[in-house]
Amino acid sequence: MPDKTAQEIVLEGINASPGICIGKAYLVDKEGVDVISRYPIPKAQVTNELKRFKAAVKKSRDELRAIIENMPDDFRQQTSILETQEVLIKDKLLYGKTIAVIEQECVNAEWALKKVVSHLKSIFQEMADPYLRERASDVVNLADRIMRNLVGAKQLNIGKIDKRVILVGRDLSPAETSQIRLERIKGFITDKGGKTSHTGIIARTLEIPAVVATGDATATIKNDDLIILDGITGTVIIHPSEKTLVKYEQRRLRYERQKAAINRRSRLPVETLDGKSVKVLGNIELPEEVVAVINYGGDGIGLYRTEFQYMSRPCFPDEDELYDKYSDVVQVMAPKPVTIRTLDINGDKAVSAENGFNEANPALGLRGIRYCLQRPDVFRTQLRAILRAAVIGNVRIMFPMVATQREVIQAKEALKEAAGSLAQEGVPFSEKFEIGVLVEIPSAVIMADAIAEEADFFSIGTNDLIQYTLAIDRTNQNVAHLFRPLDPAILRMLKHITDVAHQKNINVSICGEMASYPIHIPILLGLGMDEMSMNPQAIPTIKQMIRSIKISDTKPLVEEALKLRSAEKVFALLRDTYSDVLSEFNRTDDGADKVFKEKIRIKAPGGERRASNRGLPRFVGK
Amino acid sequence: MISKEAVITNELGLHARSAAQIAKLAARARHGVWLVKGEERAAASSIIDLIALECPRGTRITVIIDNPSDRDVLDAISELIKNGFGE
Repeated sequence: MPDKTAQEIVLEGINASPGICIGKAYLVDKEGVDVISRYPIPKAQVTNELKRFKAAVKKSRDELRAIIENMPDDFRQQTSILETQEVLIKDKLLYGKTIAVIEQECVNAEWALKKVVSHLKSIFQEMADPYLRERASDVVNLADRIMRNLVGAKQLNIGKIDKRVILVGRDLSPAETSQIRLERIKGFITDKGGKTSHTGIIARTLEIPAVVATGDATATIKNDDLIILDGITGTVIIHPSEKTLVKYEQRRLRYERQKAAINRRSRLPVETLDGKSVKVLGNIELPEEVVAVINYGGDGIGLYRTEFQYMSRPCFPDEDELYDKYSDVVQVMAPKPVTIRTLDINGDKAVSAENGFNEANPALGLRGIRYCLQRPDVFRTQLRAILRAAVIGNVRIMFPMVATQREVIQAKEALKEAAGSLAQEGVPFSEKFEIGVLVEIPSAVIMADAIAEEADFFSIGTNDLIQYTLAIDRTNQNVAHLFRPLDPAILRMLKHITDVAHQKNINVSICGEMASYPIHIPILLGLGMDEMSMNPQAIPTIKQMIRSIKISDTKPLVEEALKLRSAEKVFALLRDTYSDVLSEFNRTDDGADKVFKEKIRIKAPGGERRASNRGLPRFVGK
Repeated sequence: MISKEAVITNELGLHARSAAQIAKLAARARHGVWLVKGEERAAASSIIDLIALECPRGTRITVIIDNPSDRDVLDAISELIKNGFGE
C-alpha cells in the first residue's frame, strides 16, 4: 500500500532497458545477499555434488510433506499447491535437468539449479495466458526451497524469499550481476552507468526494466520503499501516490500485453506469404544473451562474438574457461545451431593482454584471422575449446576478416591440428561441423568462388563490408551519413556473393546490422539468403516483415533495384513497393513504433548498441 | 502409436495441478505418452513440459501413446481431461 505520510519523489535517469515494474526496493550491500556463485567441481567430486543436490531435494520434499500434514483443513487449497510441488520436485525438466548440468558441466549444484530454473522461467514468461504464466511461480518457489536447503541457509524469513524486488545499487559490476539470482529481480536502478554499462546490457538481455545514472538513488531510496520504475522513459518514482500507482499499473499491463503479443508470434516458425520458410537467428556476445534469443524466437545463433572473454583482463583466457562459455550457449540452444566466430580482435587496446601494440589504422591492421594466424598459440586455445563444445550440440565455426583463400586453408589446418592434439590427449571433441567464412572484405567477394571451394557456408558481415567497400568509417561523423547498405555497389556485391554461393551449392546468410531493418528484407529475400541473423530484439519485427512478403515478388524487385543508380532510388523503390506493409509496423505500440522509425531510416543510426569499449575501439563487431 | 483427441474444458486450463494429475497417470505407462498441441508436443510425464505447452480452456489437444500396451493410460488421461480434472 502506498505510504500516506511520504511524499512522492521522482528521479530521472537513463532508460537502459525498457519495461515498467512496481515493487519494493532492495539495496545491494557489500554482502550481496541472493548471490549464487559458480565454481567448477573436479570430475572425481561430481558424485558427491550430486549427492548434495539429491539430499537437498529430499529435505525439501520432507519439509513439504510436514507442512501438508500439519495444515489445518480449511487450507485445502494451499495443500493442493504444495502437493503439486511435491510431485513437481522430481520432474525431469527440473530434477533431471539439474543433475545433467552438474554431470556435464562439472559445476556446483546451486549454479546448475539456477541455470535450469532461469531457462524454465524464460519458457513460462512467453506464455500468453496470464494464469498459466503465473504458474511459473510454483516452480520457482520450489526451486527456492531446494536452493535454501542446498546452501544450508538458516530458515530465512519466507516472506523475504518470496518477494521479488527492485535492486538498487551504486553500480553493479559484471561479477555482481552475473551472480545475482535474477529470477528474484523485478528491475534495476543504479546511481552510475550508462546504456552500454554492464547492468544495462544484462537488463536488456534478460528483459528486466532498468534505469541507470540516477545520480543518488542509493542515498534517496531506503530498503522496502515502494518504487515505480519506468525503463521506457527512465523515470523512478519513490512513494508513489494511489493515483500514480493506478496509472502506472495500467501502463505496465498495456506494455506487457503488447510485448507478449509480438513475442508469441515470434516463437512460431516463419515463412513468406507464398510459403518459403526462412530462418531468423540472433547475434550474441555474452552467453547470457542466449535467453533473449530464445525469448524472441530465434532459430539459433548466427553470430556468437567471442571477443568479450579477451577484454579488459591481464592475460588470455584459458581453454577451460572458453569451453565453459561456449558449452553454456551450445547446450542451451541445442539442437539449434550456434555459429561461433573465432576471435576478431586487433592488437590494439582491445586486448589488454597484448601490449606494445599501436596501429595507426587498426581497420586495415592485424585483426581477425590475420591476428589468429600470427598467434597460433592464442588461436589453438580457442579452436580446442570450440572443438570440445561441439560435442554438446550443434556448432558451426566461422572465420572473420578473410581476404584470401589461403587464409581459409591455413585456418582449417590450424583447426585440424587442434583436433589432432585433442585426439592425442584423449579429450572428447567433435569436428563434424560446418566451417564458414565471414565475407566482409571486398577481395573475399571478388574471390568468392575460390573461397567457396574451402567453405561450407558464407555469412555476410555487412557492417564491415559496407565500410570497406565505400571507404566509410561510420563512427566518423563527417562521413557517417554516406554509410548506406542500399548503395548499388553493395547490392551488386551481395548479388555476386549469393550467386556464387548458389552455384557452388553452399548456404549463404547475413549477420550484419542490415538484416535488422524491415525495409531491407525484400532485397535480402530476393537475393536468396538462407538465413538472417540480427540483434535478438529485432527478431520479432523481422519475422513479422517476412510474413508480409511474397518471395515471388522479390526476385523482380531485386532485378529492378540492381538497375538503379543511387541508394536514394533503391530506398524509394522499396518504400513505395512495400508502403502498406511497412506502415503496418507503425501501428504497434509506442515503444515498438519508436524502434521501427529508427530502423526504417536509410542511414544507419549513428550510435551503435554498445559501441563503447566493448568491441574494437574503432570498429564495431557485426 | 495410438492417439485420442480431447478438448481442455476446465476453467483454469492445463495448469500445474491438472498437469500433475496427467503426469501421475503417465508414470504408469511403460512407453512414451505425449500431449500434442498443433505442432508442439510435450512429454505427459513432465508437469513442467505440460504447463509449457500452454493449454488454456478450449484448447484442442491429442494424447498419443507410443505403444498399444499403454491403452489404459491413454483412456484414463483422455477421460480425466474430458471430466475437467474433477475441478
